[in-house]
Amino acid sequence: MLGEYLPILVFLAVGFGLAVVLLGLGLLAGPRRPDAEKDSPFECGFPAFEDSRIKFDVRYYLVAILFIIFDLEIAFLFPWAIVLDTIGVFGIVAMGIFLTILIVGFIYEWKKGALEWE
Amino acid sequence: MNIVIAMPEIFLLSTICLILLLDVFLREDCRMITYLLTQVALLATALLAYGAMDGEKTTGLNGMYVRDDLAGVLKISILLLTFVVFVYARKYLKDRTIWVSEFFLLGLFAVLGMLVMVSANHLLVVYLGLELLALSMYALVAFNRDDGRSSEAAMKYFVLGAIASGLLLYGISILYGLSGKLEFAEVLTYVSSQNVLENIPLLFALVFIVAGIAFKFGAVPFHMWVPDVYQGAPTAVTMFLGSVPKVAALAMLLRVLAESMGAAQPGWAQLLLVFGLLSVFLGNLIAIAQFNLKRMLAYSTIAHMGFILLGALTGTTEGYSAALFYTITYAMMAAGGFAILILLGREGFEAETLDDLKGLNERNPWYAFIMMVFLFSMAGIPPTVGFYAKLSIIQAVMQAGYLWPAVFMVVMSVIGAYYYLRAIKMIYFDKPEQTAPIQAELDFNILISVNGVLMVLLGLFPSALMGVCSAAMVASRL
Amino acid sequence: MIPLSHFLIVAALLFAISIAGMILNRKNVLILLMCIEMMLLAVNLNFIAFSHYLGDMAGQVFVFFILTVAAAEAAIGLAILVVLFRNRRTINVEQLDAMKG
Repeated sequence: MLGEYLPILVFLAVGFGLAVVLLGLGLLAGPRRPDAEKDSPFECGFPAFEDSRIKFDVRYYLVAILFIIFDLEIAFLFPWAIVLDTIGVFGIVAMGIFLTILIVGFIYEWKKGALEWE
Repeated sequence: MNIVIAMPEIFLLSTICLILLLDVFLREDCRMITYLLTQVALLATALLAYGAMDGEKTTGLNGMYVRDDLAGVLKISILLLTFVVFVYARKYLKDRTIWVSEFFLLGLFAVLGMLVMVSANHLLVVYLGLELLALSMYALVAFNRDDGRSSEAAMKYFVLGAIASGLLLYGISILYGLSGKLEFAEVLTYVSSQNVLENIPLLFALVFIVAGIAFKFGAVPFHMWVPDVYQGAPTAVTMFLGSVPKVAALAMLLRVLAESMGAAQPGWAQLLLVFGLLSVFLGNLIAIAQFNLKRMLAYSTIAHMGFILLGALTGTTEGYSAALFYTITYAMMAAGGFAILILLGREGFEAETLDDLKGLNERNPWYAFIMMVFLFSMAGIPPTVGFYAKLSIIQAVMQAGYLWPAVFMVVMSVIGAYYYLRAIKMIYFDKPEQTAPIQAELDFNILISVNGVLMVLLGLFPSALMGVCSAAMVASRL
Repeated sequence: MIPLSHFLIVAALLFAISIAGMILNRKNVLILLMCIEMMLLAVNLNFIAFSHYLGDMAGQVFVFFILTVAAAEAAIGLAILVVLFRNRRTINVEQLDAMKG
C-alpha cells in the first residue's frame, strides 16, 4: 500500500535536489551586482506596495481575455492525451484540425497587434 | 463517421479561416476583396447545401449530425438572406467610417453557427451552434466601438442572452438526467414512453427549455432585450439580427421541441400558446406608442415572433410548414425594411425616427413604393406575402382546434395594421423634412427592387415557396 | 455514497442564487458576469452528477464544452465591458438607461 507512494517520494527528492543544484549553481557561478531596483520585491507593471484598490490598466484585461481563450484548449488536450493510444490516427488528425483553427486565431490576433503592449 | 453530411459547414469553416488569414495580410484599401470573397463563400455554401438535398434523412458523425431536406431549405434561406443583407450592409458601412472586415467575418461565423444549429441531431450540437451564433452577435452589436448606445445594447444583449443559454442548459441537464440520452431520436424514445402532463420533472425540464428558446425568439415575457438591441445596434447589424437568426431560432424550435420532444407536444404547446398570444398582444400594442422606427420594428418583430410560435405549437405538418413559410418571408421583409432605413441614413445621420420617413414619395417614388410594399407585407394586407403567411398560420391554428386564439390573432393583426399604415401615410402625404438625395449603388438597387417585387409575387403565387416548406416537413417526418 | 438528490439540490441552489444575484444587483456589471458564470457552473454540477449516477460519459463531455464556451463568453463579456466603460465612464447597472420606450 505505502509502496505505491514510492514514485511520489522519488519525484519529490528529484525535484528538491534539482532546485538545490540550480540555485546553488546560480549562487556560485553567477555575477552579483545588486542595485536598489533589483533588490525591490518583484511585481509586474506597477509598484509592489500600494493601496490594493488601485485601478488596473485596461491592457491587463485584454491580456486576460486572450489568455482565457487560449488557456482552455488544455481542457481538451488532457483527455485527448490520455486516450491517444486507443483513438489512433483519427484522434491525431482531429486534434490537428482543432489546433490549426486555434493557430489561425493566434495569427489573427498577432497581426492585429493585440499582443503589443504599447 | 460519414463526415460528408457536414460538407457545407466544413467548407464554410475552411473558407472563413482562409478569408481571416488573407484579410490580416491585405492592405487597408483592399477591403473589397474580403467582401467579395465573403459573398462567394456564402453562395458556394448555398450550392453545396442545395446539392445535398436528396429527400433522404441521413445521420452521421456518430449520430450528432443530420442531413435532410428541412436542413437544406433552412440552410439555403439562411445563406441567401445573409448574402442579401451583406449587400445592403455594405452601403451602411462604407458611408460611415466602419468599413472593416470584422463585420463580414463575424457575420460568417454567425452563419456557421446557424448552419450547425439547423443540422443538429444532438443537444450538445444545438448548444454549440447556438453559442457560436450568439457570441458572434454580441460582438457585432458592440461593433461600432465609439458609440455608447451600441455598447450598452451589446451589454444588455449579452447578459440576457447568457441567461437564456443558462436556462436552456439547465433544462437540457435535467432532460439528460431523466432520459440518460442527448441524441434526439433517443430522447424522443424516452419522452414517448412517458405521460408528459403527469411527469413533473420532465415538465420542469420542458419549462426551462421552452423559456430558453422563447428568449432567443424574443417572445414575451422574454422580450426585454429586443427593443434596446434593435435601437442601439448599428442599423446594418439590426438588419442582420432582425432577419436571418429568426430562421435559425425556428430551426432550433423544430429540432429541439418538435423532433426530440414531439411526444411532449401537449406540454410545450400550452407554454407556446401563452408566450405567443402575449407576444402578439404586447408587441402590437406597444409598437403603436413608438416614434423611433427601429424600436417600432422591434416591437413588430415581437408580434411576428408570436405568430411563428403560435403556428409551431399546433404540432401538425401544416402548422410547422406555415411557421417556416412565415419565418422565411418575414426575414425577407425585415431585411428589406431595414435596408430602406440604411438608404435614408448617411454619414453622420442615422434615419431612425418615424419623421425621417416623411415625404419619401417626393424624394424617391420607387423607394417609397418598395417601403410601402414591405410595410403592407408586415401588416398582412393582400396581395402581399404577409397576408398569405398570416392566413396560413391562422388556418393551421384553427385546424388544430384553437378557435379563440385564432380570433384573437385576427383582431390583433387589425390593431397592428394601424402603426404600419401610419408610417405609409407619412411616406405619401407628409412634407419631407430632409432634402438630401437618396442614392445607392446598382447591386443595392437591383436587390432591393427584387426583394420588394418578391413580396408581391410570393403573395400572388405563395404555393411556390409553401410547397417547398411542406415538402421539407414531410421529408423530415414532422 | 452521497445521494444524487444532494447534488441536484446544491446545483438548484447555485442556480437560484445566481438568478437572484442578477436581479438584486443594481451596482456593477462585473457582478452580472460572475452570476452568469455561476449559473453555468450550476448546470455543470447537474451534468456531472447525472453523468456519474447514470454511468454515462456524455454528460462529462458536455461539461467540457460548456466550460470552453463559458470562457469564450466571459472573454466577449469582458471585451464589451471594456468598450462600455470607455464610452460611458461607468459600469453601473442603473446608469445603463440611454434607451427607453
